[in-house]
Amino acid sequence: MSDTPLLLQLQGITKAYGSVQALDDVDFEVRAGEVMALVGDNGAGKSTLVKCIAGTHSADSGRILFEGNEVQIHGPKDAARLGIEVVYQDLALCDNLDVVQNMYLGRELNRAQILSEAPMEQHTIETLKSLAVTTIKSVRQTVATLSGGQRQSVAVARAVMWNSKLVVLDEPTAALGVAQTEQVLDLVRRLGQQGLGVILVSHNLHDVFETADRITVLRLGRNVGVFERRETTQQAVVEAITAGVPTKVSGVTSAASAGGGA
Amino acid sequence: MTSAEIVGQDHGPPPLEEEQLPGGIRGAWERTKLNVRTGNLGPVPIIVGEIAVVIIFGFTATNFFTSTNFVNLITQTAGTCMLAYGVVFVLLLGEIDLSIGYLAGIGALIVAELQLPGSSWQVNGLIAMLIAVVAVAGIGAVQGSIVAFVGVPSFVVTLAGFLIWQGVILNKLEQKGTIIIQDRWINYTDLYTFSPLGGWVIAALVTALYPLSILYKKIVARGTQIAQQSWTMAILKTVGLGIAAFGTVAICNHGKIIETPLGLPLAGVLMVVFFVLLTFLAKWTTFGRHVYAVGGSAEAARRAGINVPRIRVLVFALSGAMAAIGGIIFAAQVNSVALTFPPGNLLLNAIASAVIGGVSLFGGRGEVRGALLGAILIGTLQNGLNTLSISNGWIYIVTGLVLLAAVTLDTFAVRLQARSGR
Repeated sequence: MSDTPLLLQLQGITKAYGSVQALDDVDFEVRAGEVMALVGDNGAGKSTLVKCIAGTHSADSGRILFEGNEVQIHGPKDAARLGIEVVYQDLALCDNLDVVQNMYLGRELNRAQILSEAPMEQHTIETLKSLAVTTIKSVRQTVATLSGGQRQSVAVARAVMWNSKLVVLDEPTAALGVAQTEQVLDLVRRLGQQGLGVILVSHNLHDVFETADRITVLRLGRNVGVFERRETTQQAVVEAITAGVPTKVSGVTSAASAGGGA
Repeated sequence: MTSAEIVGQDHGPPPLEEEQLPGGIRGAWERTKLNVRTGNLGPVPIIVGEIAVVIIFGFTATNFFTSTNFVNLITQTAGTCMLAYGVVFVLLLGEIDLSIGYLAGIGALIVAELQLPGSSWQVNGLIAMLIAVVAVAGIGAVQGSIVAFVGVPSFVVTLAGFLIWQGVILNKLEQKGTIIIQDRWINYTDLYTFSPLGGWVIAALVTALYPLSILYKKIVARGTQIAQQSWTMAILKTVGLGIAAFGTVAICNHGKIIETPLGLPLAGVLMVVFFVLLTFLAKWTTFGRHVYAVGGSAEAARRAGINVPRIRVLVFALSGAMAAIGGIIFAAQVNSVALTFPPGNLLLNAIASAVIGGVSLFGGRGEVRGALLGAILIGTLQNGLNTLSISNGWIYIVTGLVLLAAVTLDTFAVRLQARSGR
């Protein structure tokens, strides 16, 4: 795993909202084919960090490297161009549109502004199949008629469809029941197996330990540690979340020691 | 939907797939029963309502069931219908445009001024109409920009527009009195009638257009799961449309004012032309798709990279353009623009037409055809009550009750749809 190149690397990211320091000199990294969990208590800075990656906010200072090159992400379009897709907690689907329409929302295939429905539908079916999303009966159902797990699957599939390299999932299981959570976690694991980088933002350590390869812990806007999932316990991560000592971390080796000290 | 409802129905309700039903007439009947059960009534209640209204007035009003009154009905309805088309798009966004009544007046005023014989700025009527439509679309775009970029609620912006443009019309016409429109092109928009033969040709074109559109849809949707009409339904509907189109022309061709024979009015043809154009815009273009998306969830649309303010501005511009077209038709109806413009409850009739036609006030749900059917129903009601020489008060009351009934029925239908998962 550790020999795969870094897909995304954030160095010394700082972001303040007025007098509130949301992120203070935070480092973060994801490899291709890896599920990196981002955990922390409320106000730890998870959402802000995601917004910096998604381009909805830009960081006050710090460097962002994507596939080894320094990049500027000033808006969602910049992020999309790099191959970064974000699936938000509240899904960002239009209930009144069907699955195909949602999958292509804002990027409809068209000829002279006239929609090309057949290829859109074809590609949607293929994408859902490649992700083993089989519970959706018809891709022409409106999203309002889908269950929570199905909706989340559509949102994730949409993110994957655009040849994306990095998918950010913000609390993907927050509103789901047990069986549906399992469905979505399966999907998350498959994304990693398909070679994508995945950032999983979650409160739920059970989900995190089910899927993640590594776990980054933030506390009060600062790094606490990066844990290898196989080498740590939920206990240790909980301690880091609630009482971790903010530490400047760089790279996995020092991260492990920082995590151990937390 | 709450998460509690979602849990435990992971696979969703069994889909009521149309293709599982048998084909042919029996299939059509089964489908109808299914649609009634699931509240997927589409335009059926409003068509039934229209037929009922026609029958009632046919028996009670002496002058209602005449071909001349039928031509009148079309020319009276066309203006409201144009405004209602614009309202559909505004409502699809979940916004409202209260200024369209007086924007129609501004459109009429501009053409009236521009065609004024002897003035230094007199232009050909066709150019005058083009200028008026573009200018009012511009006004709509400005109002839409205030909604989209500043974030003032559309209710307030267009309420301000309502007052401002009413004021402009008052200022202008208090000095000038009534402006007579002499330009024939402008007056044609409402009053031109085709020759009997011309009427038949148009009826044939309209009838042929529908199966062609079905064919187009079948070609576009080839190999997809887009719900399609069965051939039986398509043929039945084509026959129905043919009867309606040729029947309309047949009645119109019988109409006459004193000894001048009438015919199919251009106003009626305009209603159909804009219906086709705007339906295509709403259903088959990226712009239309984005309108539905913004109405469904503006935040989702924004995150998907749709330029939401641009869509809002364009829709309010479209609303202005349709208001101007409607205003010109109304002015043409009386060959003039007077202080009493716009006539009656134009704004509320236009909004009521769209809402009766099933367009949701909350955005994202509704179709252009709803405005057409709603405008026809309201037009028929008001025309019929007029021929019964019933007071204006009662006309308002009846229109209000019909609006209430239509929306109540729609609310039930939506509840049924939600329950059956469609």
